[in-house]
Amino acid sequence: MNKRAILAIVRKDLKVAIQNKGVVLPIIILPLILFVVFPWIMVYASSMTNVMGPSTSNIDQLLARMPTGLLNELSGYTPDQQVTVFMLVYMLAPMFLIMPLMVSSVLAADSFAGEKERKTLEALLYTPTTDRDLFTAKLLGAWSAANVTAILSFIVYAIMVNAAGWKSIQHIFFPNWMWIALVFWVTPAVAGLGLVVMVFVSARAQGFQDAYQTGGLVVLPVMLLMVGQISGVMYFSLGLVMIVGLVIWLIDAGLLWFASKSFRRSELMTKL
Amino acid sequence: MSSSVIQISSLTRRFGDKNAVDQLTLEVQAGEIFGFLGHNGAGKTTTVRLLNGVLEPTSGGARVLGLDPQTEGPALRAKTGVLTETPSLDERLTACDNLSIYADLYDVPQADVSDRVNSLLSEFELADRADEKVGGYSKGMKQRLALARALLHKPELLFLDEPTSSLDPVAARHVHSLVENLARQEGHTVFICTHNLVEAQRLCDRVAVMENGRLMALGTPSELTRQYVKRLDVDLEVGPDQMTSAMQILEGLPGLVIAAPKRENGILTLTLSGREAIPELLAVLIQKGLQVYRLAPQEVDLEEVYFALHGGEQ
Repeated sequence: MNKRAILAIVRKDLKVAIQNKGVVLPIIILPLILFVVFPWIMVYASSMTNVMGPSTSNIDQLLARMPTGLLNELSGYTPDQQVTVFMLVYMLAPMFLIMPLMVSSVLAADSFAGEKERKTLEALLYTPTTDRDLFTAKLLGAWSAANVTAILSFIVYAIMVNAAGWKSIQHIFFPNWMWIALVFWVTPAVAGLGLVVMVFVSARAQGFQDAYQTGGLVVLPVMLLMVGQISGVMYFSLGLVMIVGLVIWLIDAGLLWFASKSFRRSELMTKL
Repeated sequence: MSSSVIQISSLTRRFGDKNAVDQLTLEVQAGEIFGFLGHNGAGKTTTVRLLNGVLEPTSGGARVLGLDPQTEGPALRAKTGVLTETPSLDERLTACDNLSIYADLYDVPQADVSDRVNSLLSEFELADRADEKVGGYSKGMKQRLALARALLHKPELLFLDEPTSSLDPVAARHVHSLVENLARQEGHTVFICTHNLVEAQRLCDRVAVMENGRLMALGTPSELTRQYVKRLDVDLEVGPDQMTSAMQILEGLPGLVIAAPKRENGILTLTLSGREAIPELLAVLIQKGLQVYRLAPQEVDLEEVYFALHGGEQ
């Protein structure tokens, strides 16, 4: 592995990507909404339902539908606190995964399809890098940026959640072990998934927008997890998070193997 | 020019049902400026890609700088520099960034990167705008920057694909001087793909003419003109009062003079059947009592060779 060349390509891809508004805006706006605005809206909404009295029955009904495991985890809190903890800790957990997925896929779209669109790939293919170096560098840039962004978002979210819930809970209640596993075990796997899917999509896409729109479908499984959580079919326990992470890592490994086999200079050159 | 740096043997690359490069065999010697001529789609760019191991041949093979492009691609590409047909620059980055990133990719010693980048930017007259994004550059500036990038790692063999296609005459001349300097002073081998015949004539030691992926002709420009141009224009100057009789005499020599002479400013321009017709024509003119002040063959250039090979598409 040529580390210097790999780092040069990572540097190039990230420098180029941050000049593209289509890449930067979603990376700034999405976490701002999800991890800064959302916690306050959730807490405000739950406090309003408390004030309104009988309407809290909707939340009660929602909680009543939740699996026993989740109810056990919430049992140490008062009913008001349960609503806050449920909304901030559990309901938003699947949504967190959208962040690494979105960042990795938007960066990968810019790196693979965007490079083709900007006609800068040819010069890169003439460099002494091996196909493996090139593939690794292209993945590494988007993957590390997705993880760094996710960890920063997590830190911001932790501050926001504890601040927003302080009035009700009166102590630091976030993160729990499930969230630690979500951020450090599932997030890198999900970032990898967005990335590898985008490698396949970019091979057929005409340009950045085309790839990004088609690759956006990868968000669907995360949406299913959210629906599953809200409907009470499942909840994000530590065990489930570990299993989800393992499954995604396995899918990543399989897709990565196929992607690396199809990532050949000669093939890329014929598609220029 | 003693050893071959490129040896190509029956190299073929097929795309669908079309041979982009068809049974190409040739050698390029160390230190020479080799011209690769042909229309768009003649197979020039595909050949450069095959020779750098970024495209796989359908059959045949090549050795470049003693290496096999297919199995030793990375090692080979470390010794070659390629100026692609489009500059292929990252327009969202500055000139300085474009060069320093490629310096890392070509493994230019870390301590030399800054000096090398700055000296190339100065040499190509881009130093004043080194920190501007390349997207704001003119076509000529982009081409110069791309050429600077191709030279970053001091390649032994330089491939230039249409190096002056988007340059104004001054910038083109600058590139020509640079190419000549690289080959003549520094001993680099230069492989130029071009359809600019004046450029090829001026720069190249030898040229290959391609058509539809096939090699049509190979040799020095003068060898090719002798071999392929079967006509020769000559200027004839006779005594001022002998022009009319000269015209009459020439019209009676259809075996030698193959087109009606043109008269302009006291000079007759004749088209002869070839170089060998000159002594016979001279003998006839003197025998007929004409005072011949001058009988001068016009320079035959590659353009005529090119059109002769392409079936008179002129």
